[in-house]
Parts: sequence; C-alpha cells; structure tokens
Amino acid sequence: MAQITPDQVQHVARLARLALPPQRLEKLAGQLESILQYVDKIQSVDVTGIEPMAHALPIKNIFRDDTIGPSLSVEQVLSNAPDAESPFFKVPKVIGGDEDSAG
Amino acid sequence: MLAYDTLLTARDAIRAKKISSVELTRQALDRIEKLDKSIHAFNSTYADLALAQAKAVDEGKVTGPLAGVPIALKDNLCTSFGTTTCSSKMLENFHAPYDATVVKKLAAAGAVFVGKTNLDEFAMGSSTENSAFGATRNPWDTTRIPGGSSGGSAAALASGMCAASIGSDTGGSIRQPASLCGLVGLKPTYGRVSRYGLVAFASSLDQIGPFGWTVSDAALLMNVLAGRDPMDSTSVEIPVPDYLADINKPLAGLRIGIVKEYQLGSGIDPQVKAAVEAAIKTYQSMGATVVEVSCPHTEYGIAAYYVIAPCEASSNLARYDGVHFGHRTAEPVKDIIELFSKSRAEGFGEEVQRRIMIGTYALSSGYYDAYYVRAQKIRALIKRDFDQAFEKCDVILCPTSPTPAFKAGEKTGDPLQMYLCDVFTVTCNIAGIAGLSMPCGFTTSDKPLPIGMQLLGPTFGEEKLLRIARMYEAATDWHKRRPKMD
Repeated sequence: MAQITPDQVQHVARLARLALPPQRLEKLAGQLESILQYVDKIQSVDVTGIEPMAHALPIKNIFRDDTIGPSLSVEQVLSNAPDAESPFFKVPKVIGGDEDSAG
Repeated sequence: MLAYDTLLTARDAIRAKKISSVELTRQALDRIEKLDKSIHAFNSTYADLALAQAKAVDEGKVTGPLAGVPIALKDNLCTSFGTTTCSSKMLENFHAPYDATVVKKLAAAGAVFVGKTNLDEFAMGSSTENSAFGATRNPWDTTRIPGGSSGGSAAALASGMCAASIGSDTGGSIRQPASLCGLVGLKPTYGRVSRYGLVAFASSLDQIGPFGWTVSDAALLMNVLAGRDPMDSTSVEIPVPDYLADINKPLAGLRIGIVKEYQLGSGIDPQVKAAVEAAIKTYQSMGATVVEVSCPHTEYGIAAYYVIAPCEASSNLARYDGVHFGHRTAEPVKDIIELFSKSRAEGFGEEVQRRIMIGTYALSSGYYDAYYVRAQKIRALIKRDFDQAFEKCDVILCPTSPTPAFKAGEKTGDPLQMYLCDVFTVTCNIAGIAGLSMPCGFTTSDKPLPIGMQLLGPTFGEEKLLRIARMYEAATDWHKRRPKMD
C-alpha cells in the first residue's frame, strides 16, 4: 500500500475539488506517500471483533420538539456571498461543462 | 504584564474597585499595540468594543463571574462582531452572522473581548506557522514558535495582552501551546463544552477550552464554558459542578498512573523527561502512589489520528465552495466545478490542502475500509486502553510535548515531523477524555523555556483533574514565572 502515483494524486485532487499546478501535485505525491507509509502502521493491528467507534460518547439520536425558532434572514445569509442577487446566490453556468458534475 | 495578570486576581481587583475594567482593558490594548508587532498573537483587535464592554462593567450594568476581565478568543470562534478568519485566505473577509455559544456565555459572564487570535489555518498545525497572515512567535523567546494550533491565544496570554484566553483542541491544540508558553490549558471531555459556532475541523475530536496562568483560572473559565447546548447535539446533559468550589482540597489516596508505553518512544528531550520525573516525585512527597498502567495501542495513536482527523476535515471543508461565503477565484472559469476547484486551490494553504488530500484519499472508493473504518476500530481500542488504565489510577501523568518550543521554521519542511509533536496529546482526543497541561519546569538555556506536563483524566472527570493539578501547583512556583519582554 501507499504507493502514490502522480495519476492518483491528480485523481484525488479532482475528487477534492482542488485545481493544483503540476509542481504542487508532484510535491504532494511524495508527501502523501511518506505520511501514508507512516499511517500504514494501523494495518498491523489485530482488530478482529472490534466495532468501529465514530465518536467518544455513548449517545444516540437526540430529538427535540419540532418547533419554529429564530433563523437567519435572507440578507444575513447572502451577506458573505462572493456574488448574489437576492434571494439567490449567483454562480457561473452550471450545466453543459466538460466535466460530469457527479465527479 | 498587566497590573493584575491572572483571571482571578483581575476579576477580584475589579470587584474590589482597586482598578477599573476600563483601566485594565487599556493596559491590555496598550500591550497589544506595543508588543504584538513582534509576537503577532492577534489577527484582529476590537478596542472600541472592549472599552464599551469594560465601561458597562464599571458602571455596574454588567456583572458576572468574569466581569471586566480582558479575554482573547481564537479566531475560529464565530463572533457577530469583526471577522472570523480561521487564519485562512478562504475566510479573510468572513463576518459570522452569529456568536458561538461560548462567546455568548463569556459575554454574559462579563468578559471583555480584546481581540481574536492567530492559529494554524483551520486549526491544522502544531506551531502557528501555517497562518495565511503570518506566524506567531513565543513570548519566552521570539525566535521560537508558541506551539499550535491555538498559538495566538497562548502567546497573547503569555505576553500579558489579556488575562485569559480561549482555544480549541483537536489533537493537542490547547495543551501543546500551553506547555510551550508556560500556561495551564485544558481540553475538556468531548461533549462538555458546546461546539456551536466553532468552525469545524474534525467534528468528533474538536473541543473548546481555556488557557490561564493558573489552574483556578482554568476552573473559573470552565464554570462559564461547560454545559449542554441545544444547538450542539453532542454536548451532554450532565450537571456542571462548580469547578472552583473544592479546587484547594487535595485528593486523599491519589494514584498517579505512568503509562509503560510512553517511556518507549525516543525523542523525549532530557530536560523534559527530568522535569516530569521531578513532578512525579513532588506528588509522591504529598502522599500519592505511583502505579504503572498499560496503554498498548499508544503507538498507533498518531497514525489513527492522521486518518480520522483528515477524513473529517476533508468532509467538513467541502463547504468552502466559493459560492455561499468565503474566497471566490477572480480567474475566468468555464463551469461550476472549475469555480470550486480554483477557489479552493487559491483559498486554502498548503497544510490544509495536504490534509484534505489525505482525507479524500482515505475516504475514496477502495480505501475506506483499510483506512477510515480501521482507524475507527483502533479508536475503540485506544478508548478501551484508557478505560482499563483509569480503573487503576485517578490520573495519568506524562509530558505534554516531547520537546520545549522549537525554532521557527525548524519543522515546516517536513509535515510528518510536525505531526509527531502531538504524540502525547492525540490519544486524549481520540478517546474523548479530559486532558490538562501545566508548567512543571524550565529549560536551563539562556532564555529559559517552559516545560509542561500533561494530566489525563477519565471522561467528565474535570473537577478531580483540576484539583489534582492544583495540588501540584500549590507545591510549586512555576506558574508565577513570566517572560521578560521589552
């Protein structure tokens, strides 16, 4: 495990939605490889019969009454948007790009 | 330093009218003005707000357990005033529309907010060098790093720019800078403090906690911070004790646990080792017994952490898309995918990108079971190790950091070396238990550097943990030292 090829880094960067230049991807390939080689320690542990633990608390679903509380106004929600035309966020053309949006 | 430089002395002096909150706040703001050019603890300061809050306390309009005391907030806590940047270009101009629950609680308790402190971008790092706005320096020696990721909060307090500060801890980000800056820092049990309004890094590991010069200051802050919050479903409905009430009551029959496996790792600085061993002797002289305990999965802690944390980060940071808030590329784009990808490549720094990449890889098809699921199983084993250890001891004692503060730039070229700084701190987050760092010595170098020890306690054991820490503090003078600053 943990042989990271430039193609793999390119693939992961695409999944992560990071448009990185080739030199950066090359550097990342080496760094990811050494980090993942270290992380591969976990492959040697015997985990037979152990349930994965998602977090430390023994809590289950927390329910509350379905009542209406205060929420942010449209102006507040849009106030940090790079581009907006109330009540919408503005983005470039979504449909018809080269890449399948399902990634 | 401030005329009253600890939280409790400042609070009591203001109550007794020995000093006004406005005067103390002005002192803090003056120190920021004078010293922060060389320390860079703050991303933003709020003199007008702070002086207005201070005035309200002086006029008797605001009262509370923290009334009038200048406090600094880590810049990953949402505030309805100013910016919340996470030290990232991505959020450089982000104005949060609401206050984090802890910010609301602190304000209601009368705290005065002098500013928001620098951090490793999105709290990812151990030196506060990964900031888009420049590195923070250690007040004890400005050629060195203050630790991280809450290095700004630690450096602000250590240089007397506030009387207490707030940080967040995902793998050691409060305890390690506390250790490197000679402070007390507490990572509460997962679920003890609401995370609502804390910008998420790794949601199953993140906790907010206090920095103070003393154990009592940390205890007082915990009185304000802790408790169930309907806005955070992982905050737990367990009554919050008065952490200060019995703080000076020593624990009879105290059993100190020493983890067998912690001795094995090389790379512990000899002066750190000696200081921690001396601290154990101090406890023994107070009647404590030392028991050896075993945490056999210790050596997998960092590895499991650097799967779990990046996986959660890659998922949490997916929200930064250049659409709803945050940085958007100014370059022409042909479609929305390119808009996302260019905005994210420009907005995130190298370390954040690295962790997003590790997480994305580990969660991707074909690797999910081998990395993420397996790391979650190791997490269960690490938790079990601690549960078994705490049957035999009240607290585990070990170094917080294997070394004192290192030189700026020393580890920036090698991410893995930086990750290994967290060797003693990450398992606490993985298991969700409570951990505290406090000063236990200084190096003998020209500019003495603080050495910190870590006390780990069982879940929701903060009250006992603080009392045990206070026993040591009462027997020593390390917490009275201050850096010499011009």
